[in-house]
Amino acid sequence: MEKLYLIAAAAAVALLSLSPAAHAVTSAGQLAGYTAQAGAPAKAERGQQLFTTKHGKEWSCSSCHTAVPTIEGKHASTGKVIGALAPAFNPERFTDTAKTEKWFRRNCNDVMGRECTPGEKSDVLAWLLTLKR
Amino acid sequence: MALLAAGTVAAAQADSGGTRVANTPKYEQECAACHMAFPPGMLPAGSWQHLMGSLNKHYGTDASLDDVTQRELSAWLKANAGTYKRVSEESPQDRITKSAWFLRKHREGEVPTDVWKRASVGSPSNCVACHINAAKGSFSEREIRLPK
Repeated sequence: MEKLYLIAAAAAVALLSLSPAAHAVTSAGQLAGYTAQAGAPAKAERGQQLFTTKHGKEWSCSSCHTAVPTIEGKHASTGKVIGALAPAFNPERFTDTAKTEKWFRRNCNDVMGRECTPGEKSDVLAWLLTLKR
Repeated sequence: MALLAAGTVAAAQADSGGTRVANTPKYEQECAACHMAFPPGMLPAGSWQHLMGSLNKHYGTDASLDDVTQRELSAWLKANAGTYKRVSEESPQDRITKSAWFLRKHREGEVPTDVWKRASVGSPSNCVACHINAAKGSFSEREIRLPK
């Protein structure tokens, strides 16, 4: 009985970690999730382009996060300090899928006037992960 | 619901003349990422209701929350609203900085006009620029330092 329970539990964990919507508590895990949803490999250069360009509205991502977010940024309206976005410089970044999704939702709406696609999210995250010490 | 109950009432403060509630961790987490967590007592319930009902258009930005968190925080704000002195009517655009009491306390004779123009201040909503313990909810006149 106990062995059956263990097998079932292991299977459940395996299934959960395959799903893009699962916890994915590492930045690499989140990247894998978005890439799976996009159905195509991420391209870091595209991510950098998207991040540093304006998309018809007042702000780009870099307006608050800086063009190379290995350092603190600053809110473009309030001036509030924003921690570095690149995971290598701020280990808590992209470790909580709900938080990541919340901020993508809001900030893509502000910058692009719409939600970002999974491909765009994967491109941006892929680029952020290239920023190392 | 435990989060709502966690907001304890602090002792009466000599400066404001009113009681002050401690911010919940959720309020700090969700409402202090872009600006300081403003004390709920500084706006009347009606203003908080307007704000929480239009978070996707929050002074020019999208600050939307999931439904559960939005309801939780709305209830907490409503329960702790309007405790600051002379906060009764809703202020223009529901802004603390356009409230009658704010304008009076920060009038020309109290705060020289050029202070508002300093880059270190930026905006009247940047309380912490001068009120060194504002993020802890303290606005005592003894704890003010004008930046250069």
